Amino acid sequence: MSARSLAAQARTGAPIFAALGDATRLRIVAKLSSGGALSIVRLTEGEAMTRQAITKHLSVLADAGLVRGVRRGRERLWELERTPLDTARRYLDLVSQRWNGALARLAAIVEVDD
Amino acid sequence: MTTTPKAAATTDRIEKQRVLRAAPARVWRALSNAREFGTWFGVELSDDFVPGATIRGTVAYQGQDVTFTFHIERMEPERLLAFRWHPFAVDPAIDYSREPTTLVELALAPVPEGTLLTVTESGFDQIPPARRAKAFEMNGAGWAEQLQNIARHVGA
Repeated sequence: MSARSLAAQARTGAPIFAALGDATRLRIVAKLSSGGALSIVRLTEGEAMTRQAITKHLSVLADAGLVRGVRRGRERLWELERTPLDTARRYLDLVSQRWNGALARLAAIVEVDD
Repeated sequence: MTTTPKAAATTDRIEKQRVLRAAPARVWRALSNAREFGTWFGVELSDDFVPGATIRGTVAYQGQDVTFTFHIERMEPERLLAFRWHPFAVDPAIDYSREPTTLVELALAPVPEGTLLTVTESGFDQIPPARRAKAFEMNGAGWAEQLQNIARHVGA
């Protein structure tokens, strides 16, 4: 999901911004953004509230389609929700970045001795 | 460097253009000579490019050498190099040989400034979703970062 589609959803009144309109939930999203799938224990670290309270916040985020619970062995982890289309687009962004790097190196090679 | 609007509307291909301030003959050498190609593409190649050849490429990834193949489809001097490969084949534990490839076309055209290079890579829709997700994991950027930026922006 891009920032643009987030904005589009906000305009159409989707619950996504309401879900993000809370400092604790934003911190949860930020943690999941940088840390991949995390357990409730990890998500509660550094928060001045109980695991139960964090679980409630996760439910709100899950209802808005922003996060989902996954099972890894005996552990239940939470991760950011991504649609297959988002994944595909982000993948192309990556490929695109890789080409940018390669073409810059190519230019550096061929333009040096013209 | 540009990405065409057409490319933005699809998940199957990307297209990029760049004007290089060098003659097509010079650019062609950088594309067709395996050693030069390896330098800018970031891969070590086992053999020279010949149409129809399958060439082994090696990249260093997190201290390990990862090997994959390039299949050279077409070579038209100073005009076109086309090959197939396994994009982001960077996990030594995976045998990529049975997975679909993408087609890379590097097209050259003379322009007053030098050479217009058009890069097209297509066939991404055939790449298994799990593999795409994995590639993303390995690079760690994108919308997760965007969300983090939003979170930072609103002072979370």
